[in-house]
Amino acid sequence: MWEYSDKVREHFYNPRNSGPLDAANGIGDVGSIQCGDALRLMLKVDPQSEVILDAHFQTFGCGSAIASSSALTEIIKGMTLDEALNVSNQDIADYLDGLPPEKMHCSVMGREALQAAVANYRGEEWSDDHEEGALICKCFAIDAVMIEEVIRANNLTTVQDVTFYTKAGGGCAACHEGIEDILAKVLTEHASDGEAPPPRPAGNTAEAPAPAAKMTLVQKIHKIEEVLESVRPMLQRDHGDVALADVQGKKIYVHLTGACAGCMMEAATLGGIQQKMIEALGELVQVLPASHMPVDV
Amino acid sequence: MKPIYLDNNATTRVDPAVVEAMLPFFTEHFGNASSMHAFGSQVGRALKTARAQVQALIGAEHESEIIFTSCGTESDATAILSALKAQPERNTVIITAVEHPAILSLGEWLEKEGYIVHTLKVDKRGRIDLDEYKSMLHERVAVVSAMWANNETGTLFPVEEMAEIAAAKGIMFHTDAVQAVGKIPIDLKRTKIDMLSLSGHKLHAPKGIGALYLRRGCRFRPLLRGGHQERGRRAGTENSAAIVGLGKACELALEHLSTENTQVRGLRDQLEQGLLSQITHCFATGDTRHRLPNTSNIAFEYIEGEAILLLLNKLGIAASSGSACTSGSLEPSHVMRAMGIPYTAAHGTIRFSLSRWNTAEEIQHVISATPPIIEQLRKLSPYWSNNGPSESLGTGFSPTYA
Repeated sequence: MWEYSDKVREHFYNPRNSGPLDAANGIGDVGSIQCGDALRLMLKVDPQSEVILDAHFQTFGCGSAIASSSALTEIIKGMTLDEALNVSNQDIADYLDGLPPEKMHCSVMGREALQAAVANYRGEEWSDDHEEGALICKCFAIDAVMIEEVIRANNLTTVQDVTFYTKAGGGCAACHEGIEDILAKVLTEHASDGEAPPPRPAGNTAEAPAPAAKMTLVQKIHKIEEVLESVRPMLQRDHGDVALADVQGKKIYVHLTGACAGCMMEAATLGGIQQKMIEALGELVQVLPASHMPVDV
Repeated sequence: MKPIYLDNNATTRVDPAVVEAMLPFFTEHFGNASSMHAFGSQVGRALKTARAQVQALIGAEHESEIIFTSCGTESDATAILSALKAQPERNTVIITAVEHPAILSLGEWLEKEGYIVHTLKVDKRGRIDLDEYKSMLHERVAVVSAMWANNETGTLFPVEEMAEIAAAKGIMFHTDAVQAVGKIPIDLKRTKIDMLSLSGHKLHAPKGIGALYLRRGCRFRPLLRGGHQERGRRAGTENSAAIVGLGKACELALEHLSTENTQVRGLRDQLEQGLLSQITHCFATGDTRHRLPNTSNIAFEYIEGEAILLLLNKLGIAASSGSACTSGSLEPSHVMRAMGIPYTAAHGTIRFSLSRWNTAEEIQHVISATPPIIEQLRKLSPYWSNNGPSESLGTGFSPTYA
């Protein structure tokens, strides 16, 4: 039996705002056919102010899926659409005093449902490109699809690499066999292409990462800021943002804000930024969330 | 009302008579059966009695055909790996798509190790096709492993017939009978089954004890090597208290075999009919005419199993589900998928598994408590509107799937 918080139980036994909403003018239907959860979010939006006057849900899913749908409707009522879009899955989990990691992974569809409902209200098309695989790392809720993508994108070859990029395997270590299997699969595919694992791509330009020529700290921070600037438009499209917090030796701490904060893609986002940093700086650095910063240095 | 336990295929309550039989083996009879002194020989005699009790329940010809192990999973692994090691010229294993993970995961691992594993599929009622089975047998097959009864649906495979067919081609046959032993009559000496796995905690013995039946003359390679326990076929000091408990539980199971097939079966049928007649859009899964007497697996469409279990649990009713959410995996039960049960039904499957301790009063209570729960959850479901599935009303719910 899952360890559900009292608040999850309470919202499951007595869900708020369930059932159809006749006056709805924004409807979002999302689901995951495999893991069996599906959610219809119905919004009644005031056309003038874009304030959500009412929100209802219908959910096909487990206890935490029903509870998190209920929580979502409570959270967003009274918000404007833009405010509501900033509600993250982590906000929903926090509202419920936490969820088991396995449940964060598949049952919290609130964010996707919101995006879908808002898109529907605004007459836009919405499609979810988030693909889920079998859960590998139970400590950090990282699935096989994400691990495989990160391995491919960064030509990773060791479990340590995978942990470095995704956090997967960084906790109890029981999933290392699973990670090794994914690594072996990807490496075998490369080998059967008739080539050795391809070298790390050096970017579009012919320019190789500038080796050695040691930068001053100021130059380094300039470079770091440039990299961050280059990724910000991409994050802002997803209603998130990033800012530099501090640089300590080889560790670069950043603030992820807006939709990026607590997003389950956070680890992949940081991994991607890190890869760009390594290319731009020509040295191995680690990009970490500011929350990992030592309190007293 | 006292809690109602209908999850006996997961595990069972240890019979008080079993506990009583075991207790002296923690205190005065603590000896090691291998020792030369009186402390040891008392235990040695008790193990012999227990072996005879297990032998009687499964109808083995010889007492020495029983090897005590730590659990059903160990018995399964020992059987399959032994068949491969003893016949290095054979590299193929045949299993079914609905085996327990103890066999399925082992199969996946064997494939990685370079062995060939063929999987027999099942039809929508969970039945295998014997012609397909026959076509899969050839001289490179080391062993066939098919469960006697399915843990989720209770469906019985024709393992005696399958063993005959394998034997005619000189192929070893193993059956995972963890769910079947103690619930249906088994008489191994009249079959061609070479190996059979059983587990104590499914038949009112404690957890941590199992047994492997190994037909005399069947070539064998131990999984655990070391001391000479179990005639050198399973090293490690005997778990004497648990073995005594398993023996006693087998004796009691033999006594109650007719209870299982009369009283327990009657209550199971009453429960199933009671639910199916009151609730629309639900059906019993598996081969309902050939299944264990204690198991009923019902798919409640358009709602999800974990939610059902949580609400049943709130009323003190314990059952289990094939839903993905209860297992921590992302997929619903492999048994339901193998039978082609649609996702919207597979996620809503609930298994009720009874024991000889369930009463008519309990069953009546479950029959009246369940329909409101199903109704409550369907009201929350986007696949349901008013009194039926929304698709039939032309307002179909078709979410963007991740």
